[in-house]
Amino acid sequence: MPAAEIEALIRAALPDAEIRIDDLAGDGDHYRAYVTSGAFAGKSRVQQHKLVYDALGGRMGGELHALQLVTAIPT
Amino acid sequence: MSDANERISQIVNQHDVVLFMKGTPLFPQCGFSSRAVAILEHCGTDFESVDVLQDMEIRQGIKSFSDWPTIPQLYIKGEFVGGSDIMMEMYEAGELQQLLADKVGSAN
Repeated sequence: MPAAEIEALIRAALPDAEIRIDDLAGDGDHYRAYVTSGAFAGKSRVQQHKLVYDALGGRMGGELHALQLVTAIPT
Repeated sequence: MSDANERISQIVNQHDVVLFMKGTPLFPQCGFSSRAVAILEHCGTDFESVDVLQDMEIRQGIKSFSDWPTIPQLYIKGEFVGGSDIMMEMYEAGELQQLLADKVGSAN
């Protein structure tokens, strides 16, 4: 799954998000995503990650196995 | 409640710290599970591990139990804490050690 597609899905759900996606192995299959969004304010880490997983619409754990996720609130 | 839910509920309530993972602590079958084990070992905590690859019912059931799509999953005192990314963030912030100390009293 191309990084641009992951980014587009996240942005569709979290329009304000600042997103950076690193392709860890250079194989288009192992990614780390950094997502910063105001939508995370007041939410636990689990809830923040769930917002991103929801944006990915069920691909997480299936089509997308290796996505590390780091979430943050804008400062 | 389905059988899988019932079984998972029993496991997480019987043990203070439970890691649902792929493989075993000695032979993890996935990099994320391996990382989760390493974090718990660094915390110096005893934990129960469940190899989901040996149990399809739990492998599927654990995802709906916590509404979380991936494995590994860490539970402390019956509560879902997170996957390996959250474990790492909490460990680096010292929060996981604190949580273990507060809830279980066994972290260094």
